[in-house]
Formats: sequence, structure tokens, C-alpha cells
Amino acid sequence: MISVEHLTKYYGDFLAVDDLSFEIDEGHVYGFLGPNGAGKSTTMNIMTGCLSATEGHVRIDGHDIFDEPDKAKRLIGYLPEIPPLYVSETPEEYLRFVGEAKGLKGSVLREQIDKVIADTRIGDVRKRRISALSKGYRQRVGIAQALLGNPKVIILDEPTIGLDPIQIIEIRDLIRDLGRSHTVIFSSHILSEVQTICDRILIIAKGKLVVFDEPQNLERRLLTPDEINLKAEASETEIRRILSGVGHISEMNVKEEAGGGCSGAYPYGLRGYL
Amino acid sequence: MIAVLKHELRLYFHSLTAYVFGAFLLVFVGIGAMMYNIQAAVSNFEYVLSFSCLVFVVIVPILTMRVIAEERRQKTDQLLYSLPITTTQVIVGKYLALLAVYLIPLAIICLYPLIFAQFGDVYLPTSYGSIAAFFILGAALIALGVFISSLTENQGFAAGIGVAVILFNYYSVSLSEYVSSTAFGSFAVLCVFVVILAAVINHLTKNENLAYGIGLVLIAGLAALYFVDSTKFAGLVPNIMTKLSLFERFYTFVNGVFDMTAIVYYLTVIAFFLFLSVQSLEKRRYN
Repeated sequence: MISVEHLTKYYGDFLAVDDLSFEIDEGHVYGFLGPNGAGKSTTMNIMTGCLSATEGHVRIDGHDIFDEPDKAKRLIGYLPEIPPLYVSETPEEYLRFVGEAKGLKGSVLREQIDKVIADTRIGDVRKRRISALSKGYRQRVGIAQALLGNPKVIILDEPTIGLDPIQIIEIRDLIRDLGRSHTVIFSSHILSEVQTICDRILIIAKGKLVVFDEPQNLERRLLTPDEINLKAEASETEIRRILSGVGHISEMNVKEEAGGGCSGAYPYGLRGYL
Repeated sequence: MIAVLKHELRLYFHSLTAYVFGAFLLVFVGIGAMMYNIQAAVSNFEYVLSFSCLVFVVIVPILTMRVIAEERRQKTDQLLYSLPITTTQVIVGKYLALLAVYLIPLAIICLYPLIFAQFGDVYLPTSYGSIAAFFILGAALIALGVFISSLTENQGFAAGIGVAVILFNYYSVSLSEYVSSTAFGSFAVLCVFVVILAAVINHLTKNENLAYGIGLVLIAGLAALYFVDSTKFAGLVPNIMTKLSLFERFYTFVNGVFDMTAIVYYLTVIAFFLFLSVQSLEKRRYN
């Protein structure tokens, strides 16, 4: 569905995205996880054609976003970090503009607008000015805009940021619903949020892809560090005998030191990145 | 493009912009018509237009200041980039909407010569020729305004620069008489222009090497020309200032000559500034 190949982006001398490659299949909810400044927004902006890449390619269903922007962009609905709303308009007027710009006309346009308004539950405010709407509603108008034209992929950049807890739950439910009929990619820096909604998690740190896995596997890896180092005042044979009684140990290395058997303790795993 | 056009028109008529623009234009032309055609009983409507073209200094920046600057400030430019429309379509759609807003008061103005013709002899070809020229002069200034708006995300700044540039253009012919017409004076002024050009290129491309390169090459070229044949530089700057004046060419129409070269000149200016606006929008993608 989407293939990102060796994506690199420099802002002047600053390396924001560093040789990023991954494949996204149809019909799952993908979560982009990473701290602030990890390159999540930059990657999403490049994937949607809002930003150029210094190097690399993004293909949507085989269409390169830079060489065939028209075909590629029709397959994507995008909600940037700050919802791009014309605040002097009503949601209906705004959606009509976006729909027309996506090439919808007449009765198809009207049906689509009604459908996305129902999907995002903004029917109550459809004739109110966007400037008078709360942040949660604005976010939904932004999502409604991304849904117009029934794109295969929906990309949402930090859709729950700055919302109150109830609004966050509502937006999460909405994302889960969308995941049934679309491929959804959304970014967040909250691990639990990504874990609860996503089928696959991509963790990005310093512009590099660190993990691409299912949430259950990720959880296992998080809870159990891959390596535990022990320091013991015992001989090698004694240690081996004691530890052989403990389950889940796949490999054991013992080093003898001058003042007795020992080694440093450093659990390594994903925690360093989160 | 049609979607952008319709959307922009809706925004203009929802806010005060279109009405303020139309009201200013009609009031100014109305005052001119009262002074020339009614009080002084002159039957030439073109004098009214030549008097009222000063109003462009104020109303064009009012109309164009928000056109792209506001998109940047509200981050709605991200939406435009992500939609399946090209930046050229965005700029042309916006420009056509501005022209439509401009054409509405102009359509009312078109009635004036007909009304005056009821009460005396009005030479209609000159009147309507001048109105056509008035339209295309305004259209060229609007294209300039769109470009200025695309340089910043601050509406006020866009308006201020717009007023300054159009005012300078309006007075450039009068000012040109005071500019040194000696060869060295022209050389010095052209060097200053090159430095300004390099600064603009630097601002647009954020590429210092390119800006310095272009600046140095142009200054070196000017210096070489100056030493080879300094007589070519005599009177050059006043000449250029007169040639660049958009208003000066309009007065030819007022004097009763429908000058096709001026029309081509205006169209070139429009195409040039719209092209620059597209580049300015595109550049944001390549920062």
C-alpha cells in the first residue's frame, strides 16, 4: 500500500529523518511512536506530499508522491498536527471546498459530506462557525476533511494532542472505527494510546526506525529486558548450577574476574528510546 | 482551480474585504466624476480614471494582503499542499477570485460614461478603452500584491510593503527627474539594486552561496560594462524607472491611444508575478 524507501530529510544541516524505510499494508491501524522532535511529523509531511525529501521515495499504491502527486494524493487523507481550518467558515462550507478540491461534484459531494459528518459526529455544529467550536470539534472537522473522497489511507498527526480526557477517548474510538474500513496511520508520543488502538507500532527516534512490531510483542520486549547481568560471589560451576533451576533463560555467559566472578549490570531494550 | 476560486470568493464576500475594496474604488471614482464631469463639465471620462488610479495604492494592498499570508499564519497552506491540486492551480484560482472581486465595482463604473452620454457628447471609445486599461493596470498591481503576500505570514507587513512598492511605482516617473543621470550615478544605483536583488534571492532560497554568486556576477558584469563603455550608463536609471512605471503607460490610454505594447507589458507583468508567487509557495516545500 505505502512503501517508504531510504527516506532522508535535512533541514539545512539538521538531519530530521535518517534513511527511513518501511512498508505499510492495507487495512490495519499503524501507530507512529516517538518523542518530540523524533521526525514523526516530518515523515508524515513527506508521505503526504507537503514537504520534499532530500533523498528517497514514497510510493502510494505504486504512485510516487513527487512524480504522480495527483494520483497519489487522491489515495490519502491527511490531518496535520494543527488542523488546517478556515475558521471564518462553517464545517459544511469548509468540507464543500475540500470535497471540490478533491474532485467531487454534485450529489456525490453532498452524500460524501453527509457521510463524513455522520462518521465524525459533527452534525450538531455543521452550520456553526469553526471559530466558535471547541478543540475537540475542530479536530473532528479536521478528520472529516481527511475522510472526504474516501481515501484508502488516512494519516493523522497527533490527533489527540491538547484534548481533554473524554475527547481523547472519543477520538480514539473514532480512529478504531476508521481502522475497519481504511488503513490508518497516526502518530503519538503516548505509548499506552498507541498500544490500545494499533495493530502495528513503528517507533522512530532521531529520524531512524527503531522498532516495527505488533503491540503484544512490543509489550513483551518492554517488560522483559533481553539481558540481565548479575554479580555474584561464587565460582562458575556454582552459578551455573543455581541458575539452571530458573526458567526462561536461553543463554548464559559467565566471566571470571580477579576478585571473584562478576560483570556490570545494564538492562538493554526499548526503554532507552521511550 | 474552480474549487479554490469559489472558496476564495466565498471568503471575500463573507468578510469585509470585497466590500471595502469596492466601496473605496467607487467612492474615489465617484468623487473624480463629480469633480471633472459634473462640476467642471468636461465630457472626458478618462480624466476621472487618470485621477483615481492613485486609489490603487491603498486598495490593492487591502485586497491582496491576506491572500497567501493568512494561509501561512493559519497553517491552511498544509491543506493546499496535501490536496490533489497543483500550486499553479491554487495561485491562478486565487488570482481569478481577486479579479472577480475587482470586476464587480468596475462593472458599475462602466455605466458612468453611458449616463453622461445622455447629457452631452462623450467620446465612448476613449472612455471604454481607458476603462479596459484601468482594469488591466489594476490586474497587474493585484498580481504584484499576491506575490508580496506570498513572502510573509504577516498580513500587516504584506500590506505595508504593498503600499510602499505601489506608491514608489506611482511616483517613479516624477522621482526619476531627481535621480542622477550621470554614468557613475547610474552605475552606483544599479549596484544597489543588485544588492537588493541578492538579498531577496537569499530570503527566497535560503541559499547564501547562490545569492552572493548572483550578486557578485551581476556587479562584476556592470563594472566591466562601465569600464568598456561608460557612456551607455548616462541617463540609464531615470530611463529604467520610467519604463518600469505601470502608471505611466496607463496615461497613454487616457490620451486616447490604445497602446497594444502596453497591454502586452501588463500581461507580462501579471505572468511574471504569478510565476514568482507559485515559486514562492513551492519553495516552502523545499525548505
